[in-house]
Amino acid sequence: MGQTLAQKVYEQHVVRRTEGEPDLLYIDLHLVHEVTSPQAFDGLRAAGRTVRRPDLTMSTEDHNVPTTNLLAPIADPVSRAQVEALRTNTAEFGIRQAPMGTRDQGIVHVIGPQLGLTQPGMTIVCGDSHTSTHGAFGALAFGIGTSEVEHVLATQTLTQRPAKQMSVRVDGELPVGVSAKDLILAVIAEIGTGGGQGHVIEYRGSAVQGLSMESRMTICNMSIEAGARAGLIAPDETTFAYLAGREHAPTGEDWDAAVAAWRELRTDDDAVFDREVVIDAASLTPYVTWGTNPGQGLPIGAAVPDPASFADESDRAAAESALAYMGLTAGTPLRDISVDTVFLGSCTNGRIEDLRVAAELLRGQHVAADTRMLVVPGSVFVKQQAEEEGLDAVFTAAGAEWRGAGCSMCLGMNPDQLAPGERSASTSNRNFQGRQGKGGRTHLVSPAVAAATAITGKLTAPADLVPAGA
Amino acid sequence: MDAFTTHTGTAAPLRRSNVDTDQIIPAEYLKRITRTGFEDGLFVAWRTNEPDFVLNQPQYADASVLVAGPDFGTGSSREHANWALLDGGFRVVISARFADIFRNNSTKSGLLTVVLPPADVEALQDACEADPTLPVTVDLVAKEVRWADRVSGFEIDDYTRWRLLEGLDDIGLTERHLDDIDAFEAARPSWKPRTLA
Repeated sequence: MGQTLAQKVYEQHVVRRTEGEPDLLYIDLHLVHEVTSPQAFDGLRAAGRTVRRPDLTMSTEDHNVPTTNLLAPIADPVSRAQVEALRTNTAEFGIRQAPMGTRDQGIVHVIGPQLGLTQPGMTIVCGDSHTSTHGAFGALAFGIGTSEVEHVLATQTLTQRPAKQMSVRVDGELPVGVSAKDLILAVIAEIGTGGGQGHVIEYRGSAVQGLSMESRMTICNMSIEAGARAGLIAPDETTFAYLAGREHAPTGEDWDAAVAAWRELRTDDDAVFDREVVIDAASLTPYVTWGTNPGQGLPIGAAVPDPASFADESDRAAAESALAYMGLTAGTPLRDISVDTVFLGSCTNGRIEDLRVAAELLRGQHVAADTRMLVVPGSVFVKQQAEEEGLDAVFTAAGAEWRGAGCSMCLGMNPDQLAPGERSASTSNRNFQGRQGKGGRTHLVSPAVAAATAITGKLTAPADLVPAGA
Repeated sequence: MDAFTTHTGTAAPLRRSNVDTDQIIPAEYLKRITRTGFEDGLFVAWRTNEPDFVLNQPQYADASVLVAGPDFGTGSSREHANWALLDGGFRVVISARFADIFRNNSTKSGLLTVVLPPADVEALQDACEADPTLPVTVDLVAKEVRWADRVSGFEIDDYTRWRLLEGLDDIGLTERHLDDIDAFEAARPSWKPRTLA
């Protein structure tokens, strides 16, 4: 029987396999940030251990960093202490740093691909559930907790068991104005937040193959929101073209050897998936969430659902509680929902293509009177690139706030938060209660819907907009 | 990690599905750099905003077994969610289904996660609602949860069970195989990326 892509990558990294024990799996790249690592470094010190492979480890500051007053020390003393702990720990153990303000700093899942550190066929982990992002390159990438961060620091391995295999096949072409974000929100709405539990998801089909690397990252990023620890896409010419010339991509003969190995990374024709989901790309429209988990999403043309319409009792209870928290009434058209804040950014949608799509819609337009829009690039490099292209000027001319790089309002560990009762349209990945600030209400959207929503102040599809000057 | 063999305590019913780790402990409580002291963030939004929330009810103040709805622990990989439950006095969480990373973290942090069939979870929730003083025993040796006259068996792989029963440090176990890791590293392709020059 053939193997899936994920099974091939897994098997290539088995260090040790013994009956009755989990496999020991080698980790090619360990990404570290300030929130989930301090206790791991303390653990190393307490046990007299060291970091086995600092040369396969990369750190950055992202969750706590402010996006304004970038040159001042972090005002929140607790946030500052956590960032300083990361600097001390990584200096002590010889790990590469990306301090605030330097070009390499940014959201951990943006900088890995940007530096060319994320490559096909690798195993990649980070103490962060959105590590699945790196699966866009055909890597097996997943989030871990702090105990496992310590395990990887000490041994460059993890104990693992093979996951179940799921295929999400999307054939056809995405309609104009429909993006990777809409696609993944539709997938999660279809299979639910537990649908991928215990599985690795491989996204396949012509619609997926037609996507750029950044769009592929958006899809793999939210695999965790479908309950899967990892999601991945077979590498192809698009992948190789993205990687060629990046700082850590192989060169010369090494490049040829790497590409030859990468071309082998595809699911065999006779491989068997434990579960298969098929989606017709042409049927998709912009998706938005109405509830408090990422599976509670609908096409933007729909209305807030009636909890009584859910057959399953637990879905019904979840919908009731979501509507109460979100302050929504069943039957309200989603397009009638007004928002206070639009957030464009995060490891889901904080890359240059996301900023370009939003800027194109905002060019010559203005953010609605009672709405604020935050634009937070995923990394300093993305910020610089956007500024070279003049996107920052488009955003500021439209009345949006052009900020520094980081996780920002995706989870509000820095000062970028919603006030209680405030409502956002957010290009991030989680609409959990309080995720963007205590009492804040989140609607997950694509960058294009975010921009269109900023202009009208209500949830809006890009196709709804009257062109500037018309 | 503390060893876990068997635990008897009272149980609190958390009749909610999809309890994500942002509800278990919100991001602003993750800034602490120690491994303990996370109880102040445990379910803090619900404890603050909902007077009737189960953990605000005095009869459940001493509960050490949490009996939750399906898909408990979704979302972020923060092990702080496990630590917050432990710091808040819980030794066991019972649910019909857990998110993968939360469950995996629990096997490292010493919080026992037990999957029971949905009907048994419901029955246990009913029982501890009817009598909040009802003793519930979670027996990792026998792989059983016992309350009143009920016994519900659960599955756990033998290796993880052994590690929990002994309270063994994962890293120490892996370090027995350093030769295998050395050999694997020697065979890795030279073009694989390195972060340092």
